[in-house]
Amino acid sequence: MSGLLVKNFSVSHGAIAAVKDLSFTVGKGELAAIIGSNGAGKTTLLRALSGLIPHQSGEASWNGNSLLGKKPEDLVRSGVVHVSEGKSVIPELNVKENLALGGIWRKDKKDVALATEEVCELFPRLRERLLQSADTLSGGERQMLAIGRALIARPELLLLDEPSLGLAPLIIEQIFDAINQLRHKLGLTVVLVEQNAMSALKIADIGVIINVGSLVTSGPSQELLADANLRAAYLGY
Amino acid sequence: MLILDTFLIGLSSGAIYALMALALVLVWRSTRVVNFAQAGQAILSTYIGYEVMNRTHNYWVSVPFAIVAGAAIAAFVDAVLMRALEKRSHKGSVSEIAPVIATLGLLGLIRSLTGMIWGNAYLQYTSPASGKGYEISHHTIPFSPQNLIIVIGALVVMGVFAAVFKFTNLGLALRASSFQPEISRLAGIRVDRIRTIGWAFAGAAGAVAGALVTPTTYLSPNSLDLLLVSGFVAAVIGGLDSLIGAVLGGLILGVGFAFILQYIGTSVTFSAAFFILIIVLFLRPRGILGSKIGRRDA
Repeated sequence: MSGLLVKNFSVSHGAIAAVKDLSFTVGKGELAAIIGSNGAGKTTLLRALSGLIPHQSGEASWNGNSLLGKKPEDLVRSGVVHVSEGKSVIPELNVKENLALGGIWRKDKKDVALATEEVCELFPRLRERLLQSADTLSGGERQMLAIGRALIARPELLLLDEPSLGLAPLIIEQIFDAINQLRHKLGLTVVLVEQNAMSALKIADIGVIINVGSLVTSGPSQELLADANLRAAYLGY
Repeated sequence: MLILDTFLIGLSSGAIYALMALALVLVWRSTRVVNFAQAGQAILSTYIGYEVMNRTHNYWVSVPFAIVAGAAIAAFVDAVLMRALEKRSHKGSVSEIAPVIATLGLLGLIRSLTGMIWGNAYLQYTSPASGKGYEISHHTIPFSPQNLIIVIGALVVMGVFAAVFKFTNLGLALRASSFQPEISRLAGIRVDRIRTIGWAFAGAAGAVAGALVTPTTYLSPNSLDLLLVSGFVAAVIGGLDSLIGAVLGGLILGVGFAFILQYIGTSVTFSAAFFILIIVLFLRPRGILGSKIGRRDA
């Protein structure tokens, strides 16, 4: 099948089962929001999907190819790119170098240059700060840089871990706008892990709500947003 | 005049310390291991240089062989020994100390191995450059063609490293993977392979140090042990994870030694290394160029 398929997926953190028997699918070109409170297993799920940590049982595949048992650097090369939690930039490098990192391994250097240009169009603040150390960027700019670097790899499936973490509401809106724009423009499939349920579900096609590692419910995000019980129990508003 | 002379003495030994410090820093920042085996690796590559010189009777031909050998030995140590240790050990305090102990073991192993092959005699590995000081207006300065070669050789290594690290994709990958291995993986960098290349660079720097310094002394299985101590002190002075810091640390230590030797005496030289170390750490605990950014582990 095309798209992301996660089936009976379990991941352990030592003795603790962090993700339990989780199943969901994300169609090609769709944006899925994975919603859950702190400690719900969202980050663990993404880390296992991108090969950073081993899974325990179940399946996960992208366009019919298994994601499991592969190194993160190989998954990146096959179009599955994970932007990890906490503004994943390298503070010791400048903005330009951080961006370049995303395309070092790519053969098509012309396209790397083109992708870099596109990122600078999308996030003009990065262009203004190309030679500045990433250490000097604000939280929002760091998140832009992390997403920008991921885009230079020309991903098909983008796994985003809490891009809103620690950002001001106005910046969150900007970042989410950019994510929404991107997927319409580039046909990206996006898995967006978020605590910020409202903002994420607003731009998502489907929502997957998890609680202590297990699936609560999944469905079209508009339906989830309209469900009063869910709103009270899991969406927190 | 005496001050200038003393500075010149310090300059060439400082250049050697700097090379050794570079080797230690390169490994430390990518692998978080203080590579005690570096002295052994350098001695092995220098013996290989010695063998090549015995056959070709040409020092200049032997040096590239020593450098390639040093790089290959280091890459082998990382790709085989370090990788295997990491696979076998789980997270915890033992897994952090095990690789360091392993490098100590490797140092002993290489030392006895070289002793078995070449014996413990003091061998001569000589460079064609004279060890006699230049004469400037009837004053013989303590700086010989041999010293000049050492300083130039060290500068060439530093220049090549600086160019590679600053201006090439390989250099960018080397820096990124050592600062933030996990983020680098997620950017598509083959961090394991890059780390082994980093070790090879370190091995090459150590080999150059061995090949340059040995003609001024002699070659024996443990003739580079003191250099390891000086290189380590220089690396710590420089902040342990800064390449520029390693170079500065080497020079500070070399010149510091020379002045202590000149004005205080030979008996304190060895303790002087630690004295300088303590002073620097007291004034700047991170070393002069140590990074202030905390490191996230993979």
